[in-house]
Amino acid sequence: MSKVDNQYSAKDEVASVFIKRTFLQRTFITLKKAPFTAWLGMTIIVFYLFVALFAPLIAPYGEAEIFKTPYAPWDEVHIFGTDRLGRDILSRLIYGARNTMGIAILTTLLAFLIGGGLGLLSAILRGWVDQLLARFVDVLMAIPSLIFALMLLSIFGSTALNLIIIIAVLDSTRVFRLSRAVGMNVAVMEYVEAAKLRGEKIGWIMGREILPNILPPLVAEFGLRFCYVFLMIASLSFLGVGIQPPTADWGSMVRETGELIQYAQYDITAALTPILPAAAIGILTIGVNFVVDWFLYLTSGLKDEQK
Amino acid sequence: MHPILSTLIKRIGLGIVSLFFVSLIIFSSIQLLPGDFVEAQLGQARTEETVAAFRKELGLDKPYHIRYVNWVTAAVQGDLGSTFSGRNASYANQPQQSTARTVTSLLKPRLYNTFFLAAMTAIIAVPLSLLLGITAALYRNTFYDRAVNASALTTISMPEFFVAYILIIFLASIYQFFPSLSNVTSSTPFLERVYLSILPALTLTLVTVAHMMRMTRAAIINLLSSPYIEMAELKGLSRSKVIIKHALPNAWAPISNIIAFNLAYLIVGVVVVEVVFVYPGVGQLMVDSVIKRDIPVVQGCALVFALTYILLNLLADVISIITNPRLLYPK
Amino acid sequence: MSKNRENSILLEMKNISIEGYSDEVWHPIIKGVDLQIHRGEILGLIGESGAGKSTLGLAAMGFVRAGCRFTGGSVLFGDQDLTKMNEIEKRELWGTKFSYVAQSAAAAFNPAHRLINQTIEASISHGISKTETLEQEAITLYEEMQLPNPTEIGDRFPHQVSGGQLQRTMTAMAMSSKPDLIIFDEPTTALDVTTQVNVLATIRNIVKEHNTAAIYITHDLAVVAQMADRIQVLRYGNTIEESETNKMLKTPKEDYTKSLWAVRSIKKKENKNKEKILTINNIDASYGSGPKVLQNVSIEVPKGGTVAIVGESGSGKSTTARVVTGLLPPDKGEIIFQGQKLTPNLSDRSKEDLRKIQMVYQSPDTSMNPKHTVRDIIGRPLEFYHNMKGKEYTNRVIDLLKMIELDETFIDRLPSELSGGQKQRICIARALAAEPDLIICDEVTSALDQIVQEGILKLLLRLQKELSITYIFITHDIATVKAISDEVVVMHNGLVVEQGMKSEIFSPPHPDYTKLLLSSVPEMDPNWLTKILSSKK
Repeated sequence: MSKVDNQYSAKDEVASVFIKRTFLQRTFITLKKAPFTAWLGMTIIVFYLFVALFAPLIAPYGEAEIFKTPYAPWDEVHIFGTDRLGRDILSRLIYGARNTMGIAILTTLLAFLIGGGLGLLSAILRGWVDQLLARFVDVLMAIPSLIFALMLLSIFGSTALNLIIIIAVLDSTRVFRLSRAVGMNVAVMEYVEAAKLRGEKIGWIMGREILPNILPPLVAEFGLRFCYVFLMIASLSFLGVGIQPPTADWGSMVRETGELIQYAQYDITAALTPILPAAAIGILTIGVNFVVDWFLYLTSGLKDEQK
Repeated sequence: MHPILSTLIKRIGLGIVSLFFVSLIIFSSIQLLPGDFVEAQLGQARTEETVAAFRKELGLDKPYHIRYVNWVTAAVQGDLGSTFSGRNASYANQPQQSTARTVTSLLKPRLYNTFFLAAMTAIIAVPLSLLLGITAALYRNTFYDRAVNASALTTISMPEFFVAYILIIFLASIYQFFPSLSNVTSSTPFLERVYLSILPALTLTLVTVAHMMRMTRAAIINLLSSPYIEMAELKGLSRSKVIIKHALPNAWAPISNIIAFNLAYLIVGVVVVEVVFVYPGVGQLMVDSVIKRDIPVVQGCALVFALTYILLNLLADVISIITNPRLLYPK
Repeated sequence: MSKNRENSILLEMKNISIEGYSDEVWHPIIKGVDLQIHRGEILGLIGESGAGKSTLGLAAMGFVRAGCRFTGGSVLFGDQDLTKMNEIEKRELWGTKFSYVAQSAAAAFNPAHRLINQTIEASISHGISKTETLEQEAITLYEEMQLPNPTEIGDRFPHQVSGGQLQRTMTAMAMSSKPDLIIFDEPTTALDVTTQVNVLATIRNIVKEHNTAAIYITHDLAVVAQMADRIQVLRYGNTIEESETNKMLKTPKEDYTKSLWAVRSIKKKENKNKEKILTINNIDASYGSGPKVLQNVSIEVPKGGTVAIVGESGSGKSTTARVVTGLLPPDKGEIIFQGQKLTPNLSDRSKEDLRKIQMVYQSPDTSMNPKHTVRDIIGRPLEFYHNMKGKEYTNRVIDLLKMIELDETFIDRLPSELSGGQKQRICIARALAAEPDLIICDEVTSALDQIVQEGILKLLLRLQKELSITYIFITHDIATVKAISDEVVVMHNGLVVEQGMKSEIFSPPHPDYTKLLLSSVPEMDPNWLTKILSSKK
């Protein structure tokens, strides 16, 4: 029971993990243990990506192709009917995946580029650079972002490019805060101090010492920010100041077919027409949220403590 | 000076500073307009005379800082300038004397409507989400917890207009319990106003409850994992005593922050919901004005929203400060 | 001990097993442990991190933390089995028959309530007595615990009193309901050594005086020797050995028990060297615009020797290291290294200067990048300072691994795949890779188990002999100082109290602070505490 060798050997000390696995093996094992919700989320995301990528092949008609009957009912020709101008709803839904998701992903990427870069820089440099950036972000965040976006769009006008830039800049404040906070947690670690003592340059410290250690929270945040940006763009389009026609986009589609909702008591399928793009938005967001939830649980082990 | 007082003063000072910068940003928005904007706004009424008069009215002939001071002074006194719309008509007739409506007169009744809706939502949403959040935290990892959590996550993922439309289909169209148009006016009696506002309030409630409940749950779980809670349990105190005497006094700060955060969120969520239900509030006004590019109105609305937002956050911080025993009873 | 011990059994744990849940599996923490405690007896539970001693201590009250569960055995208190009772029945016993004293008093007191209310809360809630009576009794207990202003201190909030006072208040809190058994869970571990003595003394007195039984949990054998009548040694959830304190100290049966005082058995012969490698002259230092944390500090480090800088928290010993490395430029004073003045600021130093001074930290967990493999960690200085590449690089990494008694099988591991001792060895190898002249070791053994500490210290001594490296050894542990140093610097409140050869420092006459510090370090002699206390009077 209590056998301890007199000869102490450092090699024989027991560490926690022994088995060496390749990245693929580990991914496979992790995936096998993933809960149902995570699987559901991943399936949704893959499906959406597939639809977005192959939209022209899947869609029965063109994005802005106009047919004779406006507000055509659901039938074999137009599975989900047509809209006010006689455009096929299903085709627009499929092209919408491409436009809506594409713009949201671009915006999120841009937000991470700005916010993540500045946040990390802030965390390492400290001092006045950090103070200046942090206070500036505080001010930007003192205005609710949807309101700020509305104001800026009213000035610069609602083009897709403006939309991407405005929302990316506004959203980068949150990315900045997160990457600065997690970056600081890592920047005070002794291994970063050790690298500084060794004489390493800031590029090495940022890229090799800090970045690999803050990747998990940043990846999770990317998912959450994507949802946020996606919903915000959808809301703006719904309000009529986002993505402009004739581009097929889910938010605008809800707006364009919104009045059909009144006919639910007569024809439920008509009322469902605006629900379809709205649901398309919601389902993707749920999917991403499920995956992020699981990812947070995996990487932190402290799922409950996450706000 | 008592540390509470100095902390409070610091925090309020910080609020004033951010208010200053926010007003600066909102003010600057009009300066960022493209050069031909004035001409474009005036449309048919565009003559050299009217353009000059309009520019003068916007103050574009004065230096920047003076314009800012004038604008702020006026804003503090409740004067947010005149709207752009309807200008071409009035300018054509009387270039010197604008008869355009003032932003304040437009904003005032709508402000009341928006706050009415927000208050109605808050009255339902705050107690409900605290109840759900706290019970979910107490019965963590039970079926109840999982169910509440999953539905919250689902609701959060939905755009507000989706929730609104679902409610309309079921509660206004198939079963016609409530109206889907919330066209309240200033003369609508109180009870009818409540009745008309039920669907928008319900939509906002669902969305805010989901957020607030999740945050409350996380905060309470965090609190319950403190060593002093374990200590209280090991003293043999009953579960309710542990919660009421040991968890609650330390929960005010996180909870007030969560409430403020979500009320601020509510103020923003109002925009979409007002548009869906054609509810005559500030949000709808702002969206209309954005589409018309009626900048003074947009500025006014943005100022109102930002002000509410800053004040709510300030209030939450003040509550955390005055309930902090470390500040209340300094060394 | 009375002869009819068998009749006076207060609590008996039979074959207790407990499992904990992590990484989605249940794994055993306590693997069938027996434990008995008699009325009025203090049982010392000793073991190193991961031994399961806290879990076992709480289990004695029938309590398991969230994420843990009983899987077998019984906890008999009288004729009741605590493992079979429901929460409500157990609550009747908690706070009346059992009390608990936690390790971190600062965290275990509710910040929102006054001390007196928390002290008597359990007794009030169980209806033991009237509030006024209990308050009076609490004041008496505060007196017994030698708290200052016993009548008023209860009106304070936890953040308004010091750590040592808080720990005593918690003991008073545990005594308030006059329990049969108190569990002390490392009550002095968070305290400085000079504070610890008094807290230990008051805890022992009060428990003895009230004839309360106690389970005293600690990792420090010398502490438990003062407190306990009987000692039970735990390791990995098993009992290793159990016997009366005197017997255990004189004739420990198991090798593991012996290894618990392994460090104390290393004795290095001190060497004197006139040649200095590093001289610190009249350094003042502060963080930002805060108060001075170093005042007029002057230290001399002989070439090829070991200087131990010893002091309690806040003494400025770690700050001294930061000044030498250039992380914290001093307000005044100079540092001479190998006859040359060092630039105060790290970023102005040459690569060569940086290479010559290396640092090893207290916690290998935070001083190695968790995403880098052993190869990257040891290899980076080779690449950075010596431009090594390819085969030469790999061979040198393997050489260094061998030097620290590991081998090439470790080269692709991540820090998370190493034990605590192995991690610290890798950190040492990283420092060696730079081929430094001076290594600053900041509490390098404090986070490690005794037997591992011994291994690390022996390794450092061997490396010094082979490579003639100079060490500055920063520590709060006197046993480590005795084991490894040639010269000793005693620091207190940012001042150097004295510096000299080890033999001089450890023999009288001492300055007041050194005397206090040395006399506060618990010794294995079970009568040490009694002697110290009587010598103070």
